[in-house]
Amino acid sequence: MLTSPFVRQPTSVQQVMFTVLVALLPAIGLYVWQFGPGIVVNIAIATLSAVSAEAAVLRLRKKPVGLYVSDLSAVVTAWLIALTFPTIVPAWILILATVLSIGAVKHLYGGLGQNPFNPAMAAYCLMIVAYPSAMSQWPAAGWLDLGTHLQLIGGASLDAVTGATPLDALRTGLRAGTAVGDILSGSAFGLAGGRGWEWIGLGYLIGGLFLIQRRVITWHLPTAFIAGLVVVSGLFWLASPAHFASPLFHLLSGGSLLAAFFIVTDPVSGATTPRGKLIFAASVALITWLIRNFGAYPDGIAFAVLLMNLCVPLIDMKTQPRVFGHKGD
Amino acid sequence: MIAGLFRFKGGVKPETHKNASAGAPIRPAPMPPQLVVPLRQSPRATALCIVVPGQKVLKGERIGLPDGPLSTAVHAPTSGTVVDITPHAMAHPSGLTTRCVIIEPDGEDRWTDRPTLDLDTANPRDALNWLRDHGIVGLGGATFPSHIKAGAGGGIETLILNGAECEPWITCDDRLMRERADGIVAGALILKRLTGAREIVFGVEDNKPQAIEALRAAVHDLPGDITVVPVPSLYPAGGEKQLIRVLTGIEIPHGKLGGDFGVQCFNVGTAYAVNRAIAHGEPLVSRVMTVTGNVEQPGNFEVLIGTPVEHLLALAKPKGDTDRILMGGPMMGFELPRLDVPAVKATNCLIATSPALFPPPPPEMNCIRCGACARACPAELQPFELYWFSRARNFGKTQEYHLFDCIECGCCSYVCPSQIRLVDYFRFAKGEIWAREREKSAADAARERFEFRNERQAREKREKAEKLAAKAAATKAKLAAQGDAPAAADATASPDDAKRALIAAALERARAQKAEVAPKNTDNLTPDQAAQVAEADARRAAKAEQNAATDAPE
Repeated sequence: MLTSPFVRQPTSVQQVMFTVLVALLPAIGLYVWQFGPGIVVNIAIATLSAVSAEAAVLRLRKKPVGLYVSDLSAVVTAWLIALTFPTIVPAWILILATVLSIGAVKHLYGGLGQNPFNPAMAAYCLMIVAYPSAMSQWPAAGWLDLGTHLQLIGGASLDAVTGATPLDALRTGLRAGTAVGDILSGSAFGLAGGRGWEWIGLGYLIGGLFLIQRRVITWHLPTAFIAGLVVVSGLFWLASPAHFASPLFHLLSGGSLLAAFFIVTDPVSGATTPRGKLIFAASVALITWLIRNFGAYPDGIAFAVLLMNLCVPLIDMKTQPRVFGHKGD
Repeated sequence: MIAGLFRFKGGVKPETHKNASAGAPIRPAPMPPQLVVPLRQSPRATALCIVVPGQKVLKGERIGLPDGPLSTAVHAPTSGTVVDITPHAMAHPSGLTTRCVIIEPDGEDRWTDRPTLDLDTANPRDALNWLRDHGIVGLGGATFPSHIKAGAGGGIETLILNGAECEPWITCDDRLMRERADGIVAGALILKRLTGAREIVFGVEDNKPQAIEALRAAVHDLPGDITVVPVPSLYPAGGEKQLIRVLTGIEIPHGKLGGDFGVQCFNVGTAYAVNRAIAHGEPLVSRVMTVTGNVEQPGNFEVLIGTPVEHLLALAKPKGDTDRILMGGPMMGFELPRLDVPAVKATNCLIATSPALFPPPPPEMNCIRCGACARACPAELQPFELYWFSRARNFGKTQEYHLFDCIECGCCSYVCPSQIRLVDYFRFAKGEIWAREREKSAADAARERFEFRNERQAREKREKAEKLAAKAAATKAKLAAQGDAPAAADATASPDDAKRALIAAALERARAQKAEVAPKNTDNLTPDQAAQVAEADARRAAKAEQNAATDAPE
C-alpha cells in the first residue's frame, strides 16, 4: 500500500545532473574556440573512464548498475575533472584521477550523495601532489590542433606549446620582485585576466546563471564565493596595487568562476543551510586567495574546497535556520 | 482590514486537476441501502451509543451522546431502523474496525423535531453546547470539535474562514462557496459572535474566482468588517497555520492554537454546518464530497454520513483501469484498504487512481543534499537532515531538528529528485518516538506502583511494630499494677523482654498455623506407604551423613 503524497514533481537526479552538464556547454564551447578541440577529447576520455569505474564499483557493491550509472553524476564529475585539469596533461593521469575520484572519493564513502569531499577537487589535489610537474604543464594561449593535442596527452613533451598560466606567471613575477602592472603586460594575460581564460570564465558565468534560473543551485554559494574573493583581494589590492593583483584578475583567472558556479555548489559535499552556504563559499574564497598569494600552489581552489568540506558538518549544525513559528526562540 | 498579504516559505504547485469536478453542481447522493455510522467521528473521541438494535430512528435523531470534553454527538443521517451496533471497518489506512451504528433507511427521510436556537436570548455556553449536541466538527479534514474552538476564550481579533482548498482534485468547498455562499456567511457571522472576533476574513485561493465572486456578493451589503481575500494558489495555503500566516502575518508554532494569538480559523464547510445547526436546527448528518479522478463522471455530492464508499464511487462511474481509491487529496490523503468503509465527517474527497494518472513511485535513490525539500517545506524544516536522523534512528536529533513541527503536507516528497518518500520516514520516526514515550510512561507507572508498594509495606510494618509496642507497654503496665515487686526488679530490661516474648509467641502461633494450613504429602497414607516413606527418610539421612563425612575438609 502506498502513502501520501501520491503525486510527485517530474524530477530526478538524472535531470538535475543533465542540467548541470548543459550549463557547462557554453564554457566548453568557448574553451574550444580559445584553445582548440583538445578539451573535448579530454572530456570524452574522462567520461568513459568515470562511467566504467562507476559501473564496475556498483557491480562490486551489488547495487543497481543501470539506475545509478544513468543518474549522470559520474559524468558531471568527469567533465569537471577534465575542465579543471591542464588540457595537455597525459591521458593516463586524467584516467587515473577520474577512476580514483569515482572509486575512492565517491564510492568508498557510500556512493552517490555520501562523499564528504568534492570528487573532482579531491582528484585534482591527489594528482597535483603526486605528479606536480605534469599537473603544471598548461598550454600556452592559442589554438592547439587535434593532432598535437593527441601527441601531448599521449605523453610527448613539446616545450614549445606549454606556457605559464596567468596565476603562475603572476606568482613567478612577484617572487622575482616585478610589479603587478609589468607582469600583466606579458603574453599570458588578456584584457582582464588570463588570455583566453577570461572568455571561458564568461562561459561559466552564463552556465551558472542558467543553473540559478533552473533552481538547481541557489544564489548563496556563487555570490558568497565571488564576494569573498573580491573583498579580500580588493582590500589588499587597494592597499598595495604593486604587490597584489586586482579582484577582477582573481575572478577571471584560474578556476574562480568555475568554482563559484560548479564546484562550491556541489550539494553533496557542501554546506546546505542558507547561512551555512554563505560561510562555506566565502571561506573557500578566502583560503583560495591565501594559497594563491602565500601558498605553494598557483591556484588553491581545490585545497580550499577540501578544507571547507571538512568543516561542513559543523557549519550546517551551527547554522540551522529557525523553523516556522519558532522565530522568536 | 487586510492591508496586504504575507508569504509563507516553501510550498509547491502540483497540477490542480480541479477542472474535472469544479463544474459539477452539488447533487444529493442517492440513499444507500444501508448506512454505517461510526460512533467515532474524530480521532480523539467516541460518542456514547444510546440506541439499541431494532429501534426506529428519525433523521437527525441523536444516536450517540458526547462522551468526554473533545467528543460531539452523532445523529441518524436518515429515518429508518437500527439493525445492528457492531464493529465495522473504518475509513482509515489501517482498515481497523470501530463501533458503528448500522441503519437501514425507510426511504422516507423524515426529520425529527428541529428546534432552532435564538442567539439573542441564549447564553454563550448554551450556544457552544448546541454545536456540540449537533455534532459540529471541523470539516476541513481534522474534525476538531467546533465548540472547543469557538469557545476558546476572549481576545480573538480575527476570524478566518478557510476556503483555500489547496489540495489538487478537491472541489467540494469551491462548489459550496459558489452555491451556498449565503449560508456560509451566516455561519461565519454566528462564529464571529461566539468567538467575539472583530473582523471576518475569508481566505480563498485565487484559482477559484467564481467562489470569490459568490462570497463577495454575499457579504456585499453586510455591516461590519468582512473581507474576501484571494490568496495565491500555492499548496499548502489551506493549511490552517499557513493561511493564518498569509492573511495576518502571524506564525503559530507547533502545539499552539490560533486562539493564543488572537485568530481563529474555521473551514467554510464548518461555517455552513454551524448555520444549519443554529438557524435551522439541523445536526451535521451530511456534507459535500468530491468524487473524481479516474472516473467517467466526476462530481460533487451531498452525502449522508455513513454512506459506504463503494456506493458513492459508483455515482461517478470509475473507469476500468482504476487501481486504487484515495480518500482526501493526493498530497495528504490515504489509500483505502477496502471500499465498504463509510464516508465520515472528515471525508472531503474520493479519488479513483490509475497508473496513468498516478504513476507508481520510481525507485528511491540516495539523498544528494540538494536542499529542494528544505526550499519546499512550509514549516521551514530541513527535511533531508530529518531524513538522515530518522534513518539512523537518531530520534533525539530528529526532535532537536523539530520533527514534530512537520505537518506531513508532502511537499518534500513531492519535490525530491531522488524520489525519497521523506514523509514516510518522518511518520516512522514520530511513531517510534510515541511508542517509546508510551513505553516509558508505562515503565514509570510500574516503577511508581512498585515504589508505592514498598513504601506501603514498610509503613504497615512500622505501624504494626508501633501497635505491638504500645500493646506490650499496656500489658507491662497491667502486670506492674498487679505485682509491683518483680516489675521494679527488671524495669530496665522490661520493654525488650516483653517484645521478645511476644515475638516468640507470635512465631509459635505462625508455625502452628502453617503446619495446620499446609498439609504434608505424608498425611493420609496407608501403613505400608508410611513404612516406605520412613525407610526412604532413613536412607536419605544416612546418605546425608555419609556425604557430610566425605565432603568434610581434610
